[in-house]
Amino acid sequence: MSTVADQGRPAREEPYTGPLLDVRNLHVEFRTRDGVVRAVNGVNYSVSAGETLAVLGESGSGKSVTAQAVMGILDMPPAAIPEGELLFRGRDMLKMSKEERRKIRGQKIAMIFQDALSSLNPVLPVGFQLGEMYRAHRGSNRKDAKAKAVELMDRVRIPAAKERVGDYPHQFSGGMRQRIMIAMALALEPDLIIADEPTTALDVTVQAQVMDLLAELQAEYHMGLILITHDLGVVADVADKIAVMYAGRIVETAPVHELYARPAHPYTRGLLDSIPRLDQKGQELYAIKGLPPNLLRIPAGCAFNPRCPRAQEICRQKVPPLAEVTEDDGTPLAGRGSACFFWKETLHDG
Amino acid sequence: MTVNGATPVGATTPEEAAFAQEVQRGEPILEVRDLRKHFPLTKGILFKKQVGAVKAVDGVSFDLMQGETLGIVGESGCGKSTLAKVLMNLEPATTGSVKYKGEEISRLSGAGLKAVRRNIQMVFQDPYTSLNPRMTVGDIIGEPFEIHPEVAPKGDRRKAVQDLLDVVGLNPEYINRYPHQFSGGQRQRIGIARGLALKPEIIICDEPVSALDVSVQAQVINLLESLQGEFNLSYMFIAHDLSIVRHISDRVGVMYLGRIVEIGTDLEIYDHATHPYTQALLSAVPVPDPTARESRDRIVLTGDVPSPANPPSGCRFRTRCWKAQEKCEREDPALTVRAWLEGRARHDSACHFAGERENV
Repeated sequence: MSTVADQGRPAREEPYTGPLLDVRNLHVEFRTRDGVVRAVNGVNYSVSAGETLAVLGESGSGKSVTAQAVMGILDMPPAAIPEGELLFRGRDMLKMSKEERRKIRGQKIAMIFQDALSSLNPVLPVGFQLGEMYRAHRGSNRKDAKAKAVELMDRVRIPAAKERVGDYPHQFSGGMRQRIMIAMALALEPDLIIADEPTTALDVTVQAQVMDLLAELQAEYHMGLILITHDLGVVADVADKIAVMYAGRIVETAPVHELYARPAHPYTRGLLDSIPRLDQKGQELYAIKGLPPNLLRIPAGCAFNPRCPRAQEICRQKVPPLAEVTEDDGTPLAGRGSACFFWKETLHDG
Repeated sequence: MTVNGATPVGATTPEEAAFAQEVQRGEPILEVRDLRKHFPLTKGILFKKQVGAVKAVDGVSFDLMQGETLGIVGESGCGKSTLAKVLMNLEPATTGSVKYKGEEISRLSGAGLKAVRRNIQMVFQDPYTSLNPRMTVGDIIGEPFEIHPEVAPKGDRRKAVQDLLDVVGLNPEYINRYPHQFSGGQRQRIGIARGLALKPEIIICDEPVSALDVSVQAQVINLLESLQGEFNLSYMFIAHDLSIVRHISDRVGVMYLGRIVEIGTDLEIYDHATHPYTQALLSAVPVPDPTARESRDRIVLTGDVPSPANPPSGCRFRTRCWKAQEKCEREDPALTVRAWLEGRARHDSACHFAGERENV
């Protein structure tokens, strides 16, 4: 996002007015035996308090790796961040000491993982795991921590929280476990929550419950939320703005309504077109041809060019920058960007 | 096998006749009646005694017509995958009957079973675990020929496998490659080629696209649809993605806790659902259209699916249902057409108070 307001010096004291999190030109690579896997290649995005940013992408697009870099939970090595800045309230987290980062993780930025069952410790009661947040970060004693855990379980509407605080993860259903993950993320009232496919493992009726809860709590605490997903339906439901990722780059950014109404990148267009629609019953679905790229061998130029219906010679030679998207008369469209040389044409063809 | 278009069983009432006419898909190729699969729960090590049963499939009846696609939707744990396994005879049915072209197959074994299995094949959910990593693609797709040599004589097998690869849109020269050299979508094509190898009449697809990326799902769906036309296949398409099921299915059955609670044509189910569970399920699906955000009225169900080992008395959905009354606790609602329903709402629904949602 090139439109991010430049705030010269980092303002340490309140009031801080810039975005909560500002990811700038982030690169992440994994050094493997087979070569360097460039998982993230220059990602820019920002989230403000109370805002929901959806990062949309397929597996291998770098959406989760970006989030893990923000959280500071990448294994380094094999991962490395050769370039980029991760500004949290204006301060670059990559330049912080381990201690400073530890204070941010969990307290200021918390994460909800996809698979609650494997993210919770199976041999400890959930109440103990929830209370751990207070014991580790706030120095609470066991009794207080347990009381807090019950309170949290109540918040995420787990019935009979008091009786269930000593239960183990396997005694809860999938939806309840995910609520416990949410409770854990909320425990220290963070400013920003990163939810990595929070509902992918859940059934639709439970998914609706969990997403509603998350949105409600976000509004209540006025938190920033980064929602990482591949589900175009969930995104349409909750996001304010969207960043679409492909092969480690952001290919399009837009406010949610605009993205669905008028995509400006052929990849986004293709994704939207491949959703089965009612009027297409019995017809062939639109399918993006080809396969997502191998990150060891990202195609030269625009990474999407081998699959793109619009690809020209220039797409095979140059990497398209994330350009501002404007109306025909040059009126800028706020928050919109597209990394395609032919965004104008894409924007026009309905 | 000596089966020819056998007489359909039970298609006699006017409703059923009208229904069959609307579907226009010819004879039922698979008739399932009151099928049950209970997994025993045991206690003790040496002296095992049964203390209960998980009723994974508990009284399922439906017909699969020739050349049609029957979609089965439901949440995890509702028994849809167990149903597939029982139909394939991978799990023996506890009780009930499955007839393939009029011939009872649920009690078959040996040569009879082998012959029927040739005609019912399966495509699995996870293309990463359903292909043996130590076998080449040629061996994987050709393995069915080892069991049924009459389909392709030994000398022709390589050619047959290459033809299959071509049919599913893979390069026939890849015959000597291993599964890890392919992407998820390509692997699913390999799984489909294996399913097609014996020229079956029925393919049971258990969540065939849910492990795939969005951009690849559409490719596989298109492939399945074109193959159906080409080989006159009947599909049973099990999935939890309701929009994909609607796209591919002629008829849709909705499962909850081991039962089919509602079944009908795609229009009847998606636009005129009469069972509260179907209505809740449909309303919970996120719509990929942000403009619908404000206008939608979503039914958010409370609570979780009860345990199939101990389902509620009467109607199984009553613990989460907003229409539930005392009758629902007492009486198990039958899957039938309720007299008061009209138009497209006139289809099988297992609810005492079946009715379309108002203001939808």
